[in-house]
Amino acid sequence: MLVRRVWPSRPTFETPFSDFDQIRREMLRLLDAAADGAPEPAAGVFPPINITQDDENFYLRAEIPGIKPSELSLSALRNRVSISGKREIPREHERVSYHRKERPEGVFNRAVTLPTEVDADRVDARYTDGILTLTLPKAEQAKPRQISVRS
Amino acid sequence: MATEATTDVQKKDTANVATVPEQTRTGPVYQPAVDIFENDNSITLLADMPGVKPPDLEIDLRENVLTLTGRITAPGTAKESDVLHEYRPGIFFRQFTLSETIDQPKIDAQLTDGVLRLELPKVEKARPRQITVRAA
Repeated sequence: MLVRRVWPSRPTFETPFSDFDQIRREMLRLLDAAADGAPEPAAGVFPPINITQDDENFYLRAEIPGIKPSELSLSALRNRVSISGKREIPREHERVSYHRKERPEGVFNRAVTLPTEVDADRVDARYTDGILTLTLPKAEQAKPRQISVRS
Repeated sequence: MATEATTDVQKKDTANVATVPEQTRTGPVYQPAVDIFENDNSITLLADMPGVKPPDLEIDLRENVLTLTGRITAPGTAKESDVLHEYRPGIFFRQFTLSETIDQPKIDAQLTDGVLRLELPKVEKARPRQITVRAA
């Protein structure tokens, strides 16, 4: 690859690959600008998780299609929730020929730190249609208090 | 807020499909990951479509083109505010051209836990006939 040196020359103790890093960063910036719509914040880990909150609870939703609830292990302590498990794709008969095999499988393990503590005893977990929904009630001492002003 | 992960499983980036005709509402359109395999009698397709319930899934087969469309109703109430946002519910859409002729009345579709299993049995090929020669 022919590289025209258009940036100001730098001291020689930098690594020889720093020029490529600069080019890579410029290319990524160009690609980001060309992407239409809001680009997804790609965490690149499985399973993708959305967390929302209201005054009472945190709601954690993870997309995990095709897993048996017995293969999932969930735990919550104070303000940390962890989800781990193994997604297996059942083997079909031997005499099949695959055209495509795109679905991911394997072991996964994610831990999330929440902004406030949760009451681990009252967590509710549901798994329907491939979405795992956890309802995590906020701990009593973490809920906001109304403060009234005396005049 | 910190998250950490150790996984064997790689999440593949869901690609945005630009060419979907007649979208009545805006929103992201994703291609579901599929496994396709065949044996002598049928072609089987398995698609990951988390969050799609059976009434919201359309499967269309005409002129050897198979079209899968899965819609999601976004979960949650309006009172919720985002803390971490890694995926956006959208429409799953994918089309395939089938090389074999499929026995349409015998197609079987099953959607459990967000995984669609579609069995497409092939048309029985005409069996070769023995032709006996009569001595005239």
